[in-house]
Amino acid sequence: MADVRIRGLHKWFGAFHAVRGIDLDIADGDFTVLVGPSGCGKSTLLRTIAGLEDISEGEIFIGDEIVNDMRPRDRDVAMVFQDYALYPHMTVEKNIGFGLRARKMAKSEIDDRVNRASAMLGIAQLYGRFPRQLSGGQRQRVAIGRAIVREPRIFLFDEPLSNLDAQLRDEMRWEIKRLHRAISTTMIYVTHDQIEAMTLADRIVLMREGRIEQVGTPAELFERPISRFVAGFLGSPKMSFLPGRVVGFEGVAALAIDGAEFPLPLPPAHAARVSTAGARVLLGLRPEHVVRAQGASPGEGMIRLDARVELLQPTGSRTFATFRIGSASALAELQAHDVSNPGETIQLDANLNRASLFDAETELALLS
Amino acid sequence: MSQGAIAGRSGTSPKRRRRRRRPGKGRFVLLGVFLIFLLAPLYWMFITSIKPSDDYLAVPPVWFPSRPTLVHYSAALFAYRGLQGIENSLIISISATALSAFVGTLMAYSFARFETGGKHLSFWVLSQRFLPPIAIVLPVFLIYRTVGLNDTRFGLVIAYTVFTLPVTVWMMFAYFKGVPRSMEDAALVDGCTRWEAFWRVAVPLAAPGIIAAAVFAFIACWTEFFFALVLTSRTAFTLPTVFRAFLGFQGAQYGEASALAVVSLAPSIALGVLAQRHLVRGLTLGAVRG
Repeated sequence: MADVRIRGLHKWFGAFHAVRGIDLDIADGDFTVLVGPSGCGKSTLLRTIAGLEDISEGEIFIGDEIVNDMRPRDRDVAMVFQDYALYPHMTVEKNIGFGLRARKMAKSEIDDRVNRASAMLGIAQLYGRFPRQLSGGQRQRVAIGRAIVREPRIFLFDEPLSNLDAQLRDEMRWEIKRLHRAISTTMIYVTHDQIEAMTLADRIVLMREGRIEQVGTPAELFERPISRFVAGFLGSPKMSFLPGRVVGFEGVAALAIDGAEFPLPLPPAHAARVSTAGARVLLGLRPEHVVRAQGASPGEGMIRLDARVELLQPTGSRTFATFRIGSASALAELQAHDVSNPGETIQLDANLNRASLFDAETELALLS
Repeated sequence: MSQGAIAGRSGTSPKRRRRRRRPGKGRFVLLGVFLIFLLAPLYWMFITSIKPSDDYLAVPPVWFPSRPTLVHYSAALFAYRGLQGIENSLIISISATALSAFVGTLMAYSFARFETGGKHLSFWVLSQRFLPPIAIVLPVFLIYRTVGLNDTRFGLVIAYTVFTLPVTVWMMFAYFKGVPRSMEDAALVDGCTRWEAFWRVAVPLAAPGIIAAAVFAFIACWTEFFFALVLTSRTAFTLPTVFRAFLGFQGAQYGEASALAVVSLAPSIALGVLAQRHLVRGLTLGAVRG
């Protein structure tokens, strides 16, 4: 078990600057998820921790050691790959035990550990089979078995679930979570899937173009995104962004959404953040904060809108409705029976207390 | 309407079945002709090797020798030193093949995994095959004479290793390219050194390619004539050069030539069978990743 500290890490591939100055502390026993769109450098960062890529600049500590020049085998980490990377010429049992044999461990100890890991993952009945005789889920279990049998200081996962179908992905996600609960070793997990990030992580590291955009717990990133990018990346369906301008309205700060008839008065918490009238801002509204109007008048910080529904996306228990507000479109989360046909006009309550405000130019959140 | 449609449908299906079965006969005839085309020369070679000399050019031709004899075999192997040629050929071909496979494996892996020398070095290696052998045989001969490699097995081993390397490397290159990088990464993280990852993961996965390349290299060495002719004389001569002796002033020694040809075929056939099995296994191994 060990913590990981990364200081001023850069990685160049020829002229391509893949990782552009990362400083990151990963606490011992934490489940940290590196997430971001493809090409953001998350996999490269993981591979530098594993030692599979040299680093161009900076330092990586595992525990108290600098591992910059340490070979992968000496770092005492285990890794699970997206394509499983099982050795096709070895049986399941040999695959799981490979790392222990490579380290010249005693046969009885190897058997003991392989049996324990297999029991944990329910794959003991697959011992004699070859990887080609396994389903995708079984292959991934074997790959995870090969990692845990090593009892490493750190587990690295490189998009381990993206080759699985949706149902299996859910199942394996819980499996990995349960595993972390059981062995509580430091885990670093790369994914581009924000749902995986939200459900698995103790801490999320959201990356963009080789840099860290924001680090925090899933709740922190979800509720207090520091930029439009973070707000848009997390959450499904995505947050809607409404461009507008700060105006004075009946003595309070309000937001004139582009193309809308009436300015939206901002709740006091938000009003404090917008300094100058006329400033261009983006209002970020999550679908779950725009709901069917209830009661005679909206609550504190709520805005009542008459909205014409343009498009419906039923998901079973909920229906997401696209509506126009000014020149932008936004999503509302409705009960399944709230609206039945596109084209209907309904009343919606938007909860501006929960909305986010971003500077339209820098796209950074306006925080008080 | 519907009845007609049903009748129409039931009418077509036997026709379709018949159509599928009938070309079978035509196919067998075609295959038969093709087989005769391939095997007739081999058969003629074999019966010539056991015919008495009078029957070689008899008209009408003798298809089934009535008095088979092994006299040509003993003449070819002993009087004409065929046995010595076989021994030289075996030693030289096996050594050159082993060297070519070993060096080729390292080169191909290096090209495939590290892109050593960029595109140009790997293409340069292949381009060595574009050179007509006759263009270099004289310089090689002169160099060999100077350094004392003329008429030595070692000299031919070196020459054959160099000549077979380009094709060996290119055959193996494709196989090493097909080994996913993540598998070696997994081995490195699992506790292997770079060399162990190569040896325990990449080589076993590329084995079908390595074996196929080695078989091709061996057959190329085994049948090579031109360099052996120029670079050897009394000691290190190989099997193909022995055949020169069968064309003499007093006409051709068809029986001896055929007998030695039959003997020289054996390793090629054995290797062909072996290579086929490994190539097929290679295909199923490749399916693992799917």
